[in-house]
Amino acid sequence: MFKWLHPLAKPETLYHFCRLCYPWLMAAALLLLALGNIWGLAFTPPDYQQGDSYRIIHLHVPSAIMSMGTYSAMAIAAFTALVWQVKTAQWAALALAPIGAVYTAIALLTGMAWGKPMWGTWWVWDARLTSELILLFLYLGVIALSGAFSDRQTGAKAASLLAVVGVINLPIIHFSVEWWNTLHQGASITKFARPSIDASMLWPLLISILAFKVLMLALLCLRLRTAILVNEQHRPWVKALAGER
Amino acid sequence: MLFEQLDLSVAAGQLLQIAGKNGAGKSSLLRILAGLAQPEQGQLYFGTTPLRQVMPEFAANLCYIGHQSGVHEQLTARENIRFWHAATAEPQAIDDYALLGQLGLAGLEDIPCRMLSAGQQRRVSLARLWFTRRQLWILDEPFTALDQAAITMLQQHFLLHLQQGGAIVLTTHQKLTLVFEQLISLELAYRW
Amino acid sequence: MVTLGCFIKRELRLLARQKADWLNPVLFFVIVLTLFPLGVGPEPNLLRLMAPGVVWIAALLSVLLAAERLFKDDYRNGVIEQLVAARQPLLSFVLAKLITNWLSTGLPLVLLSPLVALLLNVDSAAFAALALTLLLGTPLLSLLSVLGAALTVSADKGGILLALLILPLYIPLLIFASAAVEAASMAMPYQGQLAIMLAMLLFALALVPMAVQSALKLNVS
Repeated sequence: MFKWLHPLAKPETLYHFCRLCYPWLMAAALLLLALGNIWGLAFTPPDYQQGDSYRIIHLHVPSAIMSMGTYSAMAIAAFTALVWQVKTAQWAALALAPIGAVYTAIALLTGMAWGKPMWGTWWVWDARLTSELILLFLYLGVIALSGAFSDRQTGAKAASLLAVVGVINLPIIHFSVEWWNTLHQGASITKFARPSIDASMLWPLLISILAFKVLMLALLCLRLRTAILVNEQHRPWVKALAGER
Repeated sequence: MLFEQLDLSVAAGQLLQIAGKNGAGKSSLLRILAGLAQPEQGQLYFGTTPLRQVMPEFAANLCYIGHQSGVHEQLTARENIRFWHAATAEPQAIDDYALLGQLGLAGLEDIPCRMLSAGQQRRVSLARLWFTRRQLWILDEPFTALDQAAITMLQQHFLLHLQQGGAIVLTTHQKLTLVFEQLISLELAYRW
Repeated sequence: MVTLGCFIKRELRLLARQKADWLNPVLFFVIVLTLFPLGVGPEPNLLRLMAPGVVWIAALLSVLLAAERLFKDDYRNGVIEQLVAARQPLLSFVLAKLITNWLSTGLPLVLLSPLVALLLNVDSAAFAALALTLLLGTPLLSLLSVLGAALTVSADKGGILLALLILPLYIPLLIFASAAVEAASMAMPYQGQLAIMLAMLLFALALVPMAVQSALKLNVS
């Protein structure tokens, strides 16, 4: 695994790897997104309690899952960057931050839109909404910190450190759900228990989750490519690349 | 890219003088030599081992005084000296009044350093060279703001350190006025 | 150890010379606490209900106020850079900053807690909890704000950025501290919340000094 990953730490190799992967990932993401959402929105039966309004689950749950997944990915990249001094990992961490922030924002907004018909109010201070909001603040902190320095390199390092520190918050997000018993319903899908959701609804949901995941990877490739070019703009290989065009 | 084709070494008893125009990268080079910044490419060695593997040993042998003096303006000259004495964990006690007197700061020991002139603050900052037992000195523009007498005194102190087997790396615009036998001069020039 | 003692003495000296650095945040804390009753009305029960949250928010704001300047002088005059180059004394420096930061901003808040109880009409059972949470929570608050200050020491724009960084990390503390005081005011046991706060404090105590060191390092490199 490490042997396979190691050449990718080199900016030039990674750039070409991303360029190769991007179109495939993006195509797959769009396809899965269309499939999951059309299936979920048009061809599944309505919920016996919530009617049609539950269908927002196909946006809400994948974005909520990926908001945390992206944070873990960012923290892992940041940790790699700090411990083994891998510059490309640092750029990957910074490339992930805005993606994760947007996922978090989507999860919050769809959560609010879902809450209005279900709970009768746009916002409740329930544990999950609150911790999702904290997650958004964490993302914004990482983004703001990376831009706060006149030296781009220092900003990237500081933001990586913050991402690693903030990862302490992720377990707290999860255990806070159990800590405060609130209005929010428990998790619908778990690995260990039998899903409390009907199979006809589950499949499109799983596809949507996969779609969001692949979309994250595609966007990461795109942003990482840009980051590599910006950071390596004075390198001969980038100049050669620019000369090609 | 700041430096190209740079190959330098400093041995015991040698003084490396780095000269160059403003913005040529003298301070950046010193910071790389002091282990504060990493070079994009290339290797640093301490003895025969790569520097990154022996950072603690290297740091324990290093006395780095950067572009900023490391003198806190709210503290007095004595307190500043005592701070650096504690920070570098020198085993021997110092007679701070005698040392400051020797540096021409008699009578100014107990007033906050913000009341001192730039040259006097520089002397407070350099005072640590008189009690440190560290081998390698890396000094960024040590002569800045010093008067001629102080510059000569500092160079004499350099000579003493070199005789005792120390090594010095420094940046300066000025020509050294005393004769250093093992002087290496490096002129940084830029090519755009 | 000698080094640490020396550094602590230096920080205390600096605090004695720059009294505004620690007096202003304490004053700010008292002012916020005075303004709250004026804003929401002097109803004793309402004040009692709001007391835990208000106290802890005021504490956070005042500690943030103090944190901003914590490393600025030493960064500007090159002390931090030279300590990083010397490596070995950096940990003592960080510990000295942490200890004196708590002594100058956290401890005054603990000592002021009787006054707080008086102003916000907190009864004696809740007061004990309030004082205990302040005693356990303010060191954690110091740790977090020192970390934030170290991360932003060479940033062009500090201030609000520091608040943005600290806030998410501070929220668990806020929740458990106010939950403890609330439980105490309803005559329920609150040892659980205190235990969690202590756990968080010990956890932070183990990790934060290390993180502060690397934050300082990356700010001068």
